[in-house]
Amino acid sequence: MIYLDNVAGTKPDARVVEKMLPFYTEHYGNPSAHFYPIGREAFEAMEAARGEVASFINAKAEEIVFTSCGTESNNLAIKGFLKNSKNTGKHIIISEIEHFSVDSTVTKLINDGYEITKLRVDDSGLVNPDDLKKALRKDTALVSIQHTNPEIGTMQYTDQLGAVCREAGVAFHVDAVAAAGFSELDVKALNCDMLSIASQNFYGPKGAAALYIREGVKVSGLMDGGHQERGYRSGTENVPAIVGMGEAARIAKAEMGVWVPELVRLQKQLWDGLGGMFDFLHFTGNKDRRRPGHVSFWIEYIEGESLLMWLSLKGFACASGSACSSNILAEDEEDLAASYVLTAVGVPSDICAGSLGMSMSKYNTQDDIDNVLKVMPETVQRLCEMSPMYNRK
Amino acid sequence: MAKGPYSDKVMDHFMNPRNMGEITDANGIGEVGNPACGDVMKIFLKINDDQICEDVKFKTFGCGAAIASSSMATELMIGKRVDELLALTNQAIVDALDGLPPAKIHCSVMAEEAIEEALKNYFKSKGQDPAVVDEMKAKIKKEN
Ligand code: FES
Repeated sequence: MIYLDNVAGTKPDARVVEKMLPFYTEHYGNPSAHFYPIGREAFEAMEAARGEVASFINAKAEEIVFTSCGTESNNLAIKGFLKNSKNTGKHIIISEIEHFSVDSTVTKLINDGYEITKLRVDDSGLVNPDDLKKALRKDTALVSIQHTNPEIGTMQYTDQLGAVCREAGVAFHVDAVAAAGFSELDVKALNCDMLSIASQNFYGPKGAAALYIREGVKVSGLMDGGHQERGYRSGTENVPAIVGMGEAARIAKAEMGVWVPELVRLQKQLWDGLGGMFDFLHFTGNKDRRRPGHVSFWIEYIEGESLLMWLSLKGFACASGSACSSNILAEDEEDLAASYVLTAVGVPSDICAGSLGMSMSKYNTQDDIDNVLKVMPETVQRLCEMSPMYNRK
Repeated sequence: MAKGPYSDKVMDHFMNPRNMGEITDANGIGEVGNPACGDVMKIFLKINDDQICEDVKFKTFGCGAAIASSSMATELMIGKRVDELLALTNQAIVDALDGLPPAKIHCSVMAEEAIEEALKNYFKSKGQDPAVVDEMKAKIKKEN
């Protein structure tokens, strides 16, 4: 199988897995147990990982809180910050293309009296920093705008958005889950107060993620209990996964300079190849400011789920934002909806239908891209022949 | 290999759809859209003088379940009388496919509706009132 759904999670690096194993077999102590070796070993390894993760994003170790996943980091950032905010403001700003874990979190806060502004994006998915400036109010408590969109690959002008917030004295959270390992992340250059990353998105294991909380920014934990993670997150830490995340951060910091240019090269090939293939294929997202190795598009006349299934049968794992494929395990059709991200960038919602995302990792090769380009014409042709819309053109 | 969300039968009809295409001299054509996801299914019928479905073809813009439902529907239709075609429910299609995920049942409903539309179009082309289809359908429902 050729794996092209790396925004959903990457294959863990073998060195990461190797580093994790002893924390299942030998150093299995609870890191809160400081008075015998296997507990202390677990604690020390976890703190070393904290150091690696901090240095990966140019933060201090004390500014890193480990969580279980990107969703938890985003929830902790938003709800934890608002719970503790000295700022009594009841206004939150996000973009209209945030991940569910930001979008649904702030939507629920409406019940608690918060008002939400969702900034529009242009048809390449970019938020205009001037729009943010105009949307800020006296009672704005928090701005949360993602760094990289997983569906359309667009990367925001995060540093500029951060500068706008700094100037206004408003806290700025960045969901950088789809960015880590693919773009350089420097929390100082990005002018952010909080930043979420997840290990599985940069060749680490599932089950470990982090929230950067800038020194001096007050956040309350969402889980009550034994005061682990300095109270930001009670509950026994997932030591093996955290150790893996640390190793993944170390590797990414050292080796991104090698894999990112290669991803940019393969991405250009895939983009140009697909673009030249059919005149009814339309790319989504920004061509220049995009996640390396990420190509997304929609095709007229054909539906995304059938495209996804057909590619899967031919051995390619991709993603689709079509309504049909949105929630196959749902209880009924009411839960099927075209991606709001695609609708926001102007893709007609019945067409979100034919949308497809291919996101590469450092493990993808020239052969992989040659193969995709080889099967796409026959696959699309086949589905077009089946489509009642195709002949009408 | 781990099983996907669809049965083997669905996958088989998705990969090898039966009766896919158009009938140029069809005497009944039905097209329906699916409001839930914007998809479209089109059915072409050839009904002979004895009111038997001689040939049927389909074209579908839709998900795997929609393609498999249309393909399976056409298999169940060939050789059947008009009243038998109308008695073909989406449930019968789902059963023949060894089931569909709950969120995908509406894709099979689209097939039942396309058959209905195609038969209305057939009666119209014969100079008859297409409303007979609704009457027949209502009668069948009552009998069951
Ligand atoms: S046709 Fe859209 S879900 Fe089946």
